[in-house]
Amino acid sequence: MVESRIDEVLERHPGAGRDALIPILQEVQEAEGYLSREAIVRVADHLSLPPSKVFGVATFYNQFRFQGRGTYHVQVCRGTACHVRGSAAVLDSIRRALKIEPGETTRDGMFSLEVVACIGACGLAPVIAINGEFHAGVTPDKVNAILNSCKRRSAA
Amino acid sequence: MTITVNDKAIEAKPGEMLLTALRRAGIRVPTLCAMEGLLPTGACRMCVVEVEGMRGLVPSCAFPVREGMKVQTHSQRAVRARKTIVELLLANHPDDCLYCSRNGNCQLQELAAELGVRQRRYQGARNPMRLDMSSPSIVRDPEKCILCGKCVRVCEEVQSVAAIDFVGRGSKTRVAPAFNAGLNVSSCVDCGQCILACPTGALTERSHFKDVFDAIRNPKKVVVVQHAPAVSVTIGEMFGARPGVDVAGVLNAALRRLGFDYVFDTSFAADLTIMEEANELVDRVKNGGVLPLMTSCCPAWVDFAEQEFPDLLPHLSSCKSPQQMLGAVLKSHFANRLGVAPGDVFVVSVMPCTAKKFEASSPERRNEGQPDVDAVLTTRELARIIRMRGLDLRDMVAELPDTPFGERSSAGKLFGASGGVLEAALRTAHHMLTGKELDAAKVKEIRGLQGVKEARVKIGGAELGVAAVSGLANARRLMQEVRAGRRDLAVIEVMACPGGCVNGGGQPIGADLDAVRARMKALYDIDRDSDLRTSHANELVKRLYDENLGAPGSEKAHHLLHTAYAPRQAEV
Ligand code: SF4
Ligand code: SF4
Ligand code: FES
Repeated sequence: MVESRIDEVLERHPGAGRDALIPILQEVQEAEGYLSREAIVRVADHLSLPPSKVFGVATFYNQFRFQGRGTYHVQVCRGTACHVRGSAAVLDSIRRALKIEPGETTRDGMFSLEVVACIGACGLAPVIAINGEFHAGVTPDKVNAILNSCKRRSAA
Repeated sequence: MTITVNDKAIEAKPGEMLLTALRRAGIRVPTLCAMEGLLPTGACRMCVVEVEGMRGLVPSCAFPVREGMKVQTHSQRAVRARKTIVELLLANHPDDCLYCSRNGNCQLQELAAELGVRQRRYQGARNPMRLDMSSPSIVRDPEKCILCGKCVRVCEEVQSVAAIDFVGRGSKTRVAPAFNAGLNVSSCVDCGQCILACPTGALTERSHFKDVFDAIRNPKKVVVVQHAPAVSVTIGEMFGARPGVDVAGVLNAALRRLGFDYVFDTSFAADLTIMEEANELVDRVKNGGVLPLMTSCCPAWVDFAEQEFPDLLPHLSSCKSPQQMLGAVLKSHFANRLGVAPGDVFVVSVMPCTAKKFEASSPERRNEGQPDVDAVLTTRELARIIRMRGLDLRDMVAELPDTPFGERSSAGKLFGASGGVLEAALRTAHHMLTGKELDAAKVKEIRGLQGVKEARVKIGGAELGVAAVSGLANARRLMQEVRAGRRDLAVIEVMACPGGCVNGGGQPIGADLDAVRARMKALYDIDRDSDLRTSHANELVKRLYDENLGAPGSEKAHHLLHTAYAPRQAEV
């Protein structure tokens, strides 16, 4: 199942060369949500490139993630409006609370973190979205409560 | 053409880079990322100079010469720029130089001293990064990495392995295998060429000091040491000798002073390897076996073949490498002679190589569950130990290796140079097939530093095509030809390191092409001046066969001296 989605992408690029690397990675991420080890190795094989090269290129761009999303996918808006109202501090406290960096997923698979350019809810700044659900006017001291309510929900 | 540098005219060749002309004229401009024989990238900007008419400073390594150009290499502006670069590199560099294996031999230290850096002007945020100790041979310390990219280039361009690359970007950039995985699960073949390229202590060999000292201190162990053919012509460099001085005799003496009970020259086992390998070649030629026969004494090449060319594994000689052969003989025949249990013989080898650590420790290369070799020291590690013990090779008197393996032919010694194994094997195969000696002049084509050498050699009525390649990118190209159906070769010698073991990943750091050439020449000089130039004339090898092994290719010889290969796949 996982294999076949990668296959589908690769089949769309028969005999592709190095210049197709980024589009292929984008499509694989689209299909699978992230770039797995297998995906990188398969794409490298398809393009006759070393996996280290493919991984190197992929990590150069912020758009790629290398871990599956958590049960709760936290998106922090770093658009201008949110920035002005303190989203950097919000991001920082989430990073510290979850002990992960943007693009990563907690070890227990509960949370993943992503930074997005502008979520399109500037009126609610600073805003974060958890599985698509907006939390408005977030401040660093509200972060723990929000994350804890997620944990409680999944324990229930 | 003529250019003007620091107000003096110097000669330059059209099309060359400014740095090349400067070096030829003896003008020293520091570099970090420039690499002999590879295209410049201009990445580190350490080599910047001032060129009249240009607004900014230009990197001399990547700037072609122009007729009449005027250059200032040490203007205040250029020197200040270089100093700033070093200061920035130091901003997030650990300062545990005292404990670094490259202390005293680090380009970053040298540059800081040369440019008069006396204080930490920039304080960068340190990225704490984990040491990668996963590989049996290579240790990576990403915190000491200055991102010059040389290791990445060697691994990809010279070795065609590409185990490592730049990962991430900005201040998070590092050099690592895919997924920041350990080297052990990458395609790394442990050749150590990246260590030779690295200007700092970010890449080093995995040390076997402790195992060696523990064994020497253990009264129950008989500790035996062997040194590889290429070690005696390089280790002198670490004690101030010029490249290419053979110190085999004092090396024996030093090893005894360090407390080893018996000292042998691996070249003896190289003679043994030649007997087995030539026998295998003769057998394959006579009986229509798989040809070309490929040598198997370089463990990085064997690993590469298992990984990249599993379909060609039947071509590989089943012979173990000399280090493993000697280990196997020491732990059987020799242990019996001494009347000790094989497990109480502790075999240490001193190798020009990091991959030998991998070979010695790999479970596939064991004999009845026991390793042939227990610990491997690189040339560099041995030099460090010798110094640590307050010994200096320069004031020691030469000694001979121990009996019963105390004599080697100079053919065995040639194992240290690319083309040498092939030449040694041809001498003996010729004798086995015709009963006559091969005229050594015939194989001149396979000597020298070129990465690909081919020759056609007459043996009796037949003519054999032979090739010696070094550098795995060259090996890959030749293997692709064989895979595609090339049929004119009977023997291929492969060495992973460019030029062979004289330029091995465990050798003294900082050798340029001239130094490697001098090391290689030293081996051929030994051969030229030797009275014993063929492995089959080595009386002690003959005696070992008479007393113990029977004949080359016998069942006993197979059991002790041969091995098998299996495909393997890197995870990332
Ligand atoms: S040891 Fe050789 S194969 Fe491994 S990373 Fe270094 S250069 Fe590449
Ligand atoms: S590990 Fe060494 S050679 Fe490789 S990029 Fe870092 S400093 Fe350069
Ligand atoms: S040596 Fe010229 S830019 Fe690095």
